Amino acid sequence: MSEIPTELRYASSHEWARLEEDGSVTVGISDHAQDALGDVVYVELPEVGSQVAGGQEAGVVESVKAASDIYAPVGGTVVAVNSELEDAPETVNEDPYHNGWFFRIEPDNADDLSQLLDADGYAESCEADAH
Amino acid sequence: MSKQTALYQEHVDAGGKIVDFAGWQLPINYGSQIREHNAVREGCGVFDVSHMTVIDVTGSEAIDFLRVVLANDVEKLERAGEALYSAMLNERAGIIDDLIAYRRESGYRIVVNAATRAKVVDWLAGVVPRFDVALSERPELAMLAVQGPKAIATVVSLFDAPDIAELPAFNALELGAAMIARTGYTGEDGVEIILPGDDAIALWRRLLAADVAPCGLGARDTLRLEAGLNLYGQDMSDANHPLESNLAWTIDWSDEERGFLGRDALSAIKADGAERKLTGLILDGKGVIRTGAKVVTDAGEGVVTSGIFSPTLGYSIALARLPRSAKGDVQVELRGSLASARLQRPPFVRKGKSLVKG
Repeated sequence: MSEIPTELRYASSHEWARLEEDGSVTVGISDHAQDALGDVVYVELPEVGSQVAGGQEAGVVESVKAASDIYAPVGGTVVAVNSELEDAPETVNEDPYHNGWFFRIEPDNADDLSQLLDADGYAESCEADAH
Repeated sequence: MSKQTALYQEHVDAGGKIVDFAGWQLPINYGSQIREHNAVREGCGVFDVSHMTVIDVTGSEAIDFLRVVLANDVEKLERAGEALYSAMLNERAGIIDDLIAYRRESGYRIVVNAATRAKVVDWLAGVVPRFDVALSERPELAMLAVQGPKAIATVVSLFDAPDIAELPAFNALELGAAMIARTGYTGEDGVEIILPGDDAIALWRRLLAADVAPCGLGARDTLRLEAGLNLYGQDMSDANHPLESNLAWTIDWSDEERGFLGRDALSAIKADGAERKLTGLILDGKGVIRTGAKVVTDAGEGVVTSGIFSPTLGYSIALARLPRSAKGDVQVELRGSLASARLQRPPFVRKGKSLVKG
């Protein structure tokens, strides 16, 4: 069974979002997503300073199996990206919720985060996908 | 209902992620495909390939039968234990399957693919009546591939059989109920062992206890592609002939009297020159070439038959069927746009070393 930390919010497209103390939102992909993708070999990240719209493509993750778009769970400005994934994409598999983060957004509207799924909602969404 | 090999429970116990492959429940990986791939390039890995179809060919005309159904010539197998790779062709020279044929003390053994089993058995049954030959499938036999630079030393110690170290490539020896062949599908040294299911379980456990990595279908695919080896159903099928499948070297034309099936059609194709070829691609930049992607060359368009990220090389490689005169730099479709790639004659990797120039 995959790990779904309760302190995070989730999109049904398998990104997680964490509200940081400074109000920014860190984004990555869930344990379930990395397991389904298999070994990650490339990550394409947005540019720092670029604008991303909630629910729109903001990056790409390529695994041995397939390429998948990464959607921004909330809209805003990209304030940081995890450039270490460039040389060590396997970090996404090894540590999806911490060192395997993708990018950080300064959200246009902080309330957008509450629109996302909580851990139980995400677990149900994964369950529904499986049927 | 898909079938299980004798080792199914071993795969589950080793943490294998089970998928359906050609009607068999087999592990795609045991956690990390890349780690399994690297284990075979650097040390030793074991694959359950029991889904492969083993057929024994006996009777006074076994050799005559195989000289007709195979495009390579078993006549050159001079002694028991010698083996060769061959295509099996239909009358239009389309590839029905690819296989390894082993000469035995009495008769031959062929090992064909799992996905093609029913088709091959039907095809052979149509030719059998012309010869004094009997075919017998051996579904009770399992098959393990032990591959990697440390494979031979490991197998020699487990079987306590130093003869294995002396086996030349494409040669086999039989030890009791086991056939041990110096063959494989990875580009590394190693053996493929055909043995009864219960013995396979015992051997599997001893291999894992000796720190041999269990490896799934995912690593098998990236290893074989790096080694430039075709996968039937993907890089070639009934719709392809050997001359457009990088298999010209497997056709034995030397005995002009030998009327192997597909010979006339293939001769005509050879005389005109094949219109297409199967060759390799290397992606210049980031991303992964995916199977089915379009390839644009100066000589026209082609298609990627197998594309992967190569764990050994650290970039994407592929096999592609292209117009015969295509050369140099090409473009390949990557997530909807075109990216630059260059042609590279396979294999890409052999015995752990890159064969890519520049």
